[in-house]
Parts: sequence; C-alpha cells; structure tokens
Amino acid sequence: MKSLLRRKLGPRIVHVLVLAVFVVLLAFPFYWMVIATFKQNLDLYNVEANPFIFNLKPTLDNLHLLFMETRFVRWLGNTVFVGVLVVAITLLLSIPAAYALARLTGRWGERLGIGIFLTYLVPPTLLFIPLSRVVAILGLQDSLWSLVLVYPSVTVPFSVWLLMGFFKSIPKELEDAAMVDGLTRFGAFVKMVVPISMSGILTVVIFTFTLVTQEFVYALTFISPESNQMVGVGIPIFLVRGDVYFWGSLMAACLIASLPVAFLYNLFLDRFIAGFTVGAVKG
Amino acid sequence: MAVAGAKIKSIGAAQSPLLGFAMFGPAILYILLVIGAPFVLAVFYAFSDARIGSTSLHYVGLENFRSILQSPSFRKALWNSVVFTISAQIIVMVCANILSIALEKKFRGRGLVRFLILLPWVAPVSLGTIGWKWILDSIYSVITWVLIWAHVFKPYSAPMWLGEPKLAMASVILVHCWRLIPFSTVILLAGRTAIPKEIPEAAAIDGAGFWRTLFQINLPMMLPILSVAVLFGTIFTFTDMTVVYILTAGGPYDSTQTLPSLAFATGIQGSDLAAGAAISLFLVPVLVAIAYLMLRVAHRTEVN
Repeated sequence: MKSLLRRKLGPRIVHVLVLAVFVVLLAFPFYWMVIATFKQNLDLYNVEANPFIFNLKPTLDNLHLLFMETRFVRWLGNTVFVGVLVVAITLLLSIPAAYALARLTGRWGERLGIGIFLTYLVPPTLLFIPLSRVVAILGLQDSLWSLVLVYPSVTVPFSVWLLMGFFKSIPKELEDAAMVDGLTRFGAFVKMVVPISMSGILTVVIFTFTLVTQEFVYALTFISPESNQMVGVGIPIFLVRGDVYFWGSLMAACLIASLPVAFLYNLFLDRFIAGFTVGAVKG
Repeated sequence: MAVAGAKIKSIGAAQSPLLGFAMFGPAILYILLVIGAPFVLAVFYAFSDARIGSTSLHYVGLENFRSILQSPSFRKALWNSVVFTISAQIIVMVCANILSIALEKKFRGRGLVRFLILLPWVAPVSLGTIGWKWILDSIYSVITWVLIWAHVFKPYSAPMWLGEPKLAMASVILVHCWRLIPFSTVILLAGRTAIPKEIPEAAAIDGAGFWRTLFQINLPMMLPILSVAVLFGTIFTFTDMTVVYILTAGGPYDSTQTLPSLAFATGIQGSDLAAGAAISLFLVPVLVAIAYLMLRVAHRTEVN
C-alpha cells in the first residue's frame, strides 16, 4: 500500500505542484492587474489592509478614468492603424520573397533565406540611434508613419523565414499542373500557391501584429507627443503625471491591451515555434 | 508524362532568374535600406562627433571609444549586461526544463495552463514590466505586505525593491526570467515531443530511472534545441532595454544600467549620438557570435 502510494501518487503530486507553482509565478502579474483594475483608490493605497481581497466595494472608476480622461482609446487606434499598414507591407514584401527563395533560386535560395533570417537577430537597440536621424531627415519625427516605415524591418526577416518553410512543404507538381493548364509561373503562384497557403499567411499576420504591439524602443525614440503614442509606450510613459502613477487605470490599460494579443498569439503558437527552432527539430 | 514534366520544369528554370529576382528583390532592397544602411551609419557616427541639433560632423577616430571605455558608467553597464544575460539564462534553462517536462504529459486543463504560462511572453513587454513595477512598488508592494504579514519585516522597515542597487539588479533579472521562461519552455517542449518515444522507453526497460533517462538520453538528444533556446534567450536579454528602462530607468545611481539603456540615455536623452552609437556597437560581437553558433546548429541538424 505504501509503495503503491509512493509510486503512483508521489509523481502525480509533484506534477501538480510544479505546474501550480509555475502558473502562479508566471500569471501572477496579470491576476494583480485584474485586482488593481477594480479596486477603489482608498483600498489600493492602503498599506495595512489585505491586498488580495476587496476591502471596499469593487469599482469601475479606474476604467472610467482610463477611457474618458486619458488618450488610451487614441493609443489603441494608433496601434491598430500602424499594425494594419505594417501587416500589409510585410505581406507584400515577404510572400513573393519567400516563394522565390523556396522555389526559384535553388541552392542560392537557401543561403539568402538564412541570410535574411540572420537579419532578424539585429535588434532595434543597435539601430535606433542612426534611424532616429534618418526619421528626422525624412521629416517623419513624431509621426506614426516613421513606425510604418521601420517596423517591417523587424517583421519581414522572420516572416520570410516562416513562409519559406511553408512554401517548401507544398508539392511542386501543383504549380507544374497549373502551368500545363496555361498559367505562367507567377500566375500559378498567385492563383494556386497563395490560396492554399492561407494558414501560413495568417500566421505571419498575427506575428506581425503582435510585434507591432510589443515593440518599445523605436516607438519611444521616434515619437514624443502624447496623442501619437502606441499603447506599449503610451501606457507606461503617459499614464504617469509628474510622479503620480494612476495604478488602477494603468493596470486596467495593461490588461486590456495585453489580453487580445496574448489570445491571438496563443492560437498560432506552434507555428511560431517551428520558425524559431531553425530546423533544429524535425517535426 | 515524366518527360513533359521535366520539360516544363526546365522552362520554369529558364524563366526563373529574372522572375525570382523580381520577387525577392524588393524585400532584400528594403532590408538593405532599413537595416544595412543604418548599421553603416551607426559605425560612421561612432567615429564622429555627431550630436542632435548640430549639423557639423567631423571624423574623430577612436576618441568616442576611448572616452566611453574610461567612463565608470559604461563599465558598469557592460558588466550588468553580461551578468543579467548569463544569470537569466541559467535560471531560465533550469525552470524551462522542469516546466516542459511537466507540460509534456496530456492532462485536463492543459490548454488553459499553457495559456496562463505563456502570458508573460505574449503580452507586450512594456506592459508586463509595468505590472511588476506595481508589484515591486516602494510602498504598496504586495511582496512587502506578505513579508510583513509573515513577520519577516516590521512595518515600514521592508527594503525598497527597486531602490537599492543589489535588489534592483535582482528585480531586473527576475523580470527577464519571468518573460523568457514561457518562450524557452515551448521551444523545449517542441524538442521533447520530437524525441522518438521508443528511446526513453527502451532505456526504462533497461532499468534507467527518471534522472538517468533525463541526463543521459533526453538532454543530450535535445542539445540542438537547448542551444537554440539559449541563443535566442541571450539575444533577447542582452539587447533588451525595455525591462530596465521601465523598471528602474537604469537607477538607482546607474546601478542597473545596461548597454542598450546607456546607449539610449547617452545618444537620445543626452543628445550625444556619437557616444550612443559607439556604446550600442558593443552589442555587435555578441550578435556575431550568436549568429555563427545559430548557423552551426542549423547546419549540423541539416547534415544529420
């Protein structure tokens, strides 16, 4: 009986315990955002009272302040605006490039593909200083267009890489058959390959959009006016007046801006991981 | 039919160089203009006296490098970048290995658990970090409250987590780990599921226990994927400025400054483009080393 307990129950308890500890540690900040969002200020700024429970009635004041008296909604709009344009540019540049590298240029395609992937490793913190001058010279300082111009440099390399893997898995015979039917190589690409690659393309859309919401360095460097901010910079920098942090509204903003992105990313996770593993996993 | 297929392929190949170039040319051109050119400009700035608001530009040789190498805040930043990166990778690898083992088995609610665990990675960094800033607040920190409740500290005598150099450094490392663990976990999970089930099973029949299977079979087989996780993790920590900028802004007294955050403070906030560019160029050797190692991993798996 005792050995059965040790053999069967022991590992199970350890398993549950490990998962529980990690879930609590990793998700705690988000739980804490939920609590702070609905707390009255008197409750939030009380050193004595138990911070884990609502000592005073939950309130919607923080959300009211966030939506009515800050530029939060504007920032969300800015982020969607930049996101949509960057997605469009990324798709226009990376779909044909990935196809060409996967199919048309043979051994060279492979090398160029890896070269493009390596540019993904170049971080914004290496380029933000010269790019800030370029943006100023182009007259795009403080404008969202500066981000529309620069963000594809972060998204195109990884997208090309992801799509290359995707296009390689499509049998060549499909295009050959289409070309027998009188389509050109490019026509076969547009009419046959693109439609059946929709799930790969959708992955790139989500990846690009997520990256636009996550980027911080360029948005902080290029844009100063409060009304032109992206959510990722507007919330941490402009929901602070002088030294006063509006913690309730801040936490509400973090939560609202994070969850949709997190949800979408989660749906496509396995595909991103396939891209990140650089072929080190043969699935 | 086979002959016809070969013919079409050769027609395609004959047409392809031009069409191929037309299709990948725009992407390559864009990358050269927005990544390549600014990089050259960064090197150029680093050897000049460029400042925001000044139109004159002179070649000054190694002067910028000489002056930043002599500045104590640069040495501190370089040291911090190395310390943050290495300690975060060690902690992340241990935790991610444990967590990926725990997540490998199917169980009820696995999808929800995975979503919760992934939150730190998929939510925007700056927003997750501001959540930590509230958790580590000097007065209203929940950690402080718990420690006072547990009688570890007397009321009002608890340390300020972000206000003391050692604790602030620990906090930065903590947030980096918090953010990277989910990413490394899913990468390792992909690696674990790719190990053929028969091998650990055969080892178990031969009498190998959990630890022996782990250290002598699973981990060695996962070496390529472990290195991918470490290489990406290193880049994400070493080149990051968001966590430091939001959590401590490099303070107290420059004690948590890293190369990227110092480059920002010098080049943008301090208007000294030349020195800022020179500081950020110190990221390059690490990036080159990582790119090289990444290629080796990719090449080795290709050969196998």
